[in-house]
Amino acid sequence: MDGSDKRAMRRLESELGEPVAGGGLLHRRAFLRGGVAFAGAVTVAAKVNSAAAAPTIGAESPLSMTRPGKLFTGYGVPARSEEGVRRLFALVANREGAGTSRTPWHMLNGSITPSGLHFERHHNGVPDVDASRHTLLIHGLVKRPLVFTLATLQRYPMETRIHFIECAGNSGALTRPDPAQDTVGGLHGLLSCSEWTGVPVSVLLDEAGIDPRGKWVLAEGADAAGMSRSVPLAKLQDDAMIALYQNGEAVRPEQGYPMRLLLPGYEGNINVKWLRRLKVTEGPMHTRDETSKYTELMPDGKARQFTLPLGPKSVITHPSYGMKIQGPGYYEISGIAWSGAGRVRTVEVSADGGVSWATAALAQPVISKAVTRFRLPWRWSGQMTTLLSRAIDETGDIQPLRKPWMEQYAPGQGFHYNAMQLWAVDPLGNVKNTYA
Amino acid sequence: MPSNRILIAAVLGLCLAGTALAQPRLGRVATPDEIAKQDITIGPDGATLPPGAGSVADGLAVYEANCKSCHGDKGAGGPMDRLTGGIGSLTSGTPVKTVASYWPYATTIFDYVRRAMPYPAPQSLTSDEIYAVIAYLLSIDKIVPEDAVLSEKTLAQVRMPNRDGFISYYPKPPR
Ligand code: HEC
Repeated sequence: MDGSDKRAMRRLESELGEPVAGGGLLHRRAFLRGGVAFAGAVTVAAKVNSAAAAPTIGAESPLSMTRPGKLFTGYGVPARSEEGVRRLFALVANREGAGTSRTPWHMLNGSITPSGLHFERHHNGVPDVDASRHTLLIHGLVKRPLVFTLATLQRYPMETRIHFIECAGNSGALTRPDPAQDTVGGLHGLLSCSEWTGVPVSVLLDEAGIDPRGKWVLAEGADAAGMSRSVPLAKLQDDAMIALYQNGEAVRPEQGYPMRLLLPGYEGNINVKWLRRLKVTEGPMHTRDETSKYTELMPDGKARQFTLPLGPKSVITHPSYGMKIQGPGYYEISGIAWSGAGRVRTVEVSADGGVSWATAALAQPVISKAVTRFRLPWRWSGQMTTLLSRAIDETGDIQPLRKPWMEQYAPGQGFHYNAMQLWAVDPLGNVKNTYA
Repeated sequence: MPSNRILIAAVLGLCLAGTALAQPRLGRVATPDEIAKQDITIGPDGATLPPGAGSVADGLAVYEANCKSCHGDKGAGGPMDRLTGGIGSLTSGTPVKTVASYWPYATTIFDYVRRAMPYPAPQSLTSDEIYAVIAYLLSIDKIVPEDAVLSEKTLAQVRMPNRDGFISYYPKPPR
């Protein structure tokens, strides 16, 4: 290396920044400083000019520039080569309609989930609801029991907000004794994040007039499971919404068309889809899905009930299980973080199994009870490395490690899992799920 | 400046009053009949249970015809959820959560089975059949006696083994 080479090298290093934590983690703004492109080396294929005497520029251009493109379509679909980007699911005999499909986060980037990839959890299939006949009944401890049609709700002042929905059973596979070797979608895909538009529930409750004895509200769906959950009245009067639109279009059938209850930050099941009824009551009704399911058994045999908000959580999506890192060098570590309690305040990343940590950059704006994308530049040495992330929310709550999380519960208890996800990178660049 | 503040407050007050008035108030008042038809929720007090009755013996017939193929002999499970047994297992290393061992209220069984079971044909059982199948299922673990007849008058009085097994974490964990 001669003098000028060395100078160039030093300049490059200072642009990239020195590592800020073990395992090759760089400062979160390192990529932004030098204007050096890390998106991957751009290779320009050498072209042989085979055209005859007077070549036109078309000979040098991609085919797509030399012929007219396709015509308009009424509803667009992803590019042909994106065909593999699909929800992940398996049908179980005798209970085809009671199961899940998962968002393939490892194939996506950003923080909004395309509506067609929003996770599904149904208890007896997706009902075919006739929106022109569907009604929402509000009754029980109210002064005036009321009925609303979709057409009347559409005349109310609406709100638009971005929120995640996460199934209470998301990531439950990680409570198994051995780390399941599965993708981020397979392990953590019962989480999605959308822009929701609809009518604040508080406005409709005001119109019905709540009897002072009313403290809970039974919410019921118009599906074949008649999904029903008791919701604290205070939550409905706070930030709850009757969502009519998802990412700008009518809520998808799998998400509750024509209307779903949205309870930001609360476990997915209570965000009742195909909402048809709200009954104001004094106490909770103790429905099957708030007793038999979605309760957490502890080692002493008692179970936690109505643990509604979801804790702070994060997972590295890139790199993650199923990906192969292409040799030592620079990469971007990227992932998603969220909390049912509010905004994500900080995401920290470790590339040495949790010995040292670096602060990740958060994609702005950071929205309360929404998925936040985090990123951090990383220089992989080619050695065995354990990557993990932890989220800290605006209330100061810190995402736990797996062991202390597990110790709170009885064996087999898998609801509300929010412990840190560790990925082991081996010297060949293979990424595996690991517990330590 | 105080006078300014009062003015601002007054204007704000007007604006707020304005929005309140602007609420559409488009809900149509529901009739008692349409409420009765839709209100299928049964709470722990059993106040909304429909009239009807069913015995353990009747329940066995209902169970064998409508439930056994998915929930197994005597509710022992397979291929779908196990419904019976497991009492006393919740503090063990392998807790078994079933209707018998885990559910705190018998009223929830009525509410759930009526709205959601049998899985291929929800809402197809009569009230008598539902009381009967509950009597049968609960008799397997001796939660009710062999000669029990359950009805809208007796169901809410059944004491489930795990009645006190739940701790509410709303609005906050107890401490
Ligand atoms: C075709 C299969 C099938 C038949 C027949 C069937 N069930 Fe079920 N049952 C299911 C499935 C699947 C679930 C779980 C649904 C879910 O998770 O949402 C279930 C759940 C239940 C549960 C709740 C279990 C728990 O621990 O939460 C009860 C109680 C129940 N069934 C009772 C009955 C009764 C009583 C009948 C007969 C009248 C019946 N089932 C018939 C498939 C069936």
